[in-house]
Amino acid sequence: MTDQVILLVEDNPDDQALTLRALKKNQIMNQVVVAQDGVEALEYLFCTGPHAGRNPDEMPQVILLDLKLPRVDGFEVLRCIRENARTRFLPVVILTTSNEEQDRVKGYGLGANSYVRKPVEFTEFIQAVKQLGLYWLLLNQNAPISRSA
Amino acid sequence: MSLAGKLTRMNLLVTATGLLLACAGFVAYDFVTIRQGLVNNLSIQAQVLGSSSVSAILFNDRASAEHTLAALVAAPNVVSACVYTPDGRPFARYRREKAAGIPDQAHPQPGDVARHWFEHGNVLVLDPIVFQGNPAGFIFIESELNAFWAQIQKYLVISVLVLLGALLVAGLVSASFRGAVLFPIQALAEVAREVSEKRNYSVRAGSDTPAELKVLVEAFNEMLAQIELRDRELREARDELERRVELRTAELAAANKELESFSYSVSHDLRAPLRSIDGFSLAVLQDYGERLDAEARGYFERIRAATRRMGMLIDDMLNLARVARAEMRRERVNLTAMAQAIVADLRKTDGSRKVDCIIEENIVADGDAHLLRVALDNLLGNAWKYTSKHPTARIEFGQAQPNGHRVYFVKDDGAGFDPAYAAKLFGAFQRLHGSSDFPGTGVGLATVQRIVQRHGGRIWAEAAVEKGATFYFTV
Repeated sequence: MTDQVILLVEDNPDDQALTLRALKKNQIMNQVVVAQDGVEALEYLFCTGPHAGRNPDEMPQVILLDLKLPRVDGFEVLRCIRENARTRFLPVVILTTSNEEQDRVKGYGLGANSYVRKPVEFTEFIQAVKQLGLYWLLLNQNAPISRSA
Repeated sequence: MSLAGKLTRMNLLVTATGLLLACAGFVAYDFVTIRQGLVNNLSIQAQVLGSSSVSAILFNDRASAEHTLAALVAAPNVVSACVYTPDGRPFARYRREKAAGIPDQAHPQPGDVARHWFEHGNVLVLDPIVFQGNPAGFIFIESELNAFWAQIQKYLVISVLVLLGALLVAGLVSASFRGAVLFPIQALAEVAREVSEKRNYSVRAGSDTPAELKVLVEAFNEMLAQIELRDRELREARDELERRVELRTAELAAANKELESFSYSVSHDLRAPLRSIDGFSLAVLQDYGERLDAEARGYFERIRAATRRMGMLIDDMLNLARVARAEMRRERVNLTAMAQAIVADLRKTDGSRKVDCIIEENIVADGDAHLLRVALDNLLGNAWKYTSKHPTARIEFGQAQPNGHRVYFVKDDGAGFDPAYAAKLFGAFQRLHGSSDFPGTGVGLATVQRIVQRHGGRIWAEAAVEKGATFYFTV
């Protein structure tokens, strides 16, 4: 399963490093594509801009999506993913600092598959990443990617 | 009965009473005077006849006397007449047909004078006849009162006619005056009705009225003016209040929005660096731990502990803010079940503790289930925490009704506190115990107080050092 790509949408370099570290600590060796903001995430998913040459049939196994992002925020990214036939079934895990009720409601409203709050304590975060990896990379079966669009 | 009917009846009654009294007076006066006149006439007739009969009596010429009396035919009222001799014997008689009652004998009395009396509805006159100062005999005349009664009857009829005529005229006059009196009252009533039905205080009653009503109308108009003024003042005050409420609401909404975005960024932005501090501290410990001595590792552990603590503070602060602005939905909440669930959770955190938890059955409250859960979580959690230094503990949740108001309480026999500092208990970030003794951020009771206040209730505590604490609250 290590050929499956994880798309990490995260603008904070510290959080990027910590998430990558947490993945490594959990022996999750999958390729991780890091998008610094919503625009980069959408460019990767829809094979535009710097990702124009990417094989559009290869979609990430799971998207770890932060909400507070420069340019295009996480909700907007989620909306685009769900509105597009090719990406609408992709598992999206919102991974964010906020546990505001309004954010959770909005996230699930837009079709998030999961909502995980990043704990302050890093050991807890490692645990959380482990659970996510187990579930989304091993246990969960994704829907086939639609080729029609 | 309407005012108009009453006025008419009053007018007619007054008129009729006056007229009746006047008529009765006239009729009574006429009755007396006419009868007196009748008697006088009859007396004069008797005198005349007497004088004419003197010579006949003196010469005992009965035929002449009767001839004289026969002249009475001309007076149809006279029923009978008789001339008597001085000693009272009948001398000559006159009698209309069917007449009776001629006294057989006159009863002369010394110094007899003219006298009259009434008998069988007739008037009778007996006069002495005097000739040259000596009594020459008597004359008697009986006359019917028909004419008199006819006269009286005529007067009565006239009186009744006058009465009826006067009443008619009075009725007509009163009808025309009634309008003059009633119109302003009706106009006033009309204005009053309009005021009460349409709440229109700007109308005024007309001032073209009699003097007495003018006072009423002016008072009425004055009252309307005052009501209108007050109405306007009230409306202005209300508008002003509404304006102010709108302004305050807008300010409040702005403040709330600000607070919301503030908590949002606190929640999001303040926690992110904490994660970095903790994450990289741990990374240093994990990756370079063997190159560090124990002291350096201890420092990193302190950094991590402080970070955790900061994270807890931020979470508690956000909870306090959330509790303050959360939407309330009141319902019947089973506090007994809630407390049992909380205690079960607490036992799971540390199963080795010997804590006797007594939760009263059937405790219910009207309130927001979520907020009450947060409050009980804090109160029971505190009781659990502050009894942790005792080998055995007893925690109680119950209710009481000391003066009709239901009071809930959470009681423990733990560390308690000095009541001198009770005032500081509910302030945010205020703690009466060091974090090394009992961990905590000092936000829990502030949160509980906020929840109780949002339910319109009150919270207070009783405690003594090492003798436990009891927290009472109402909702």
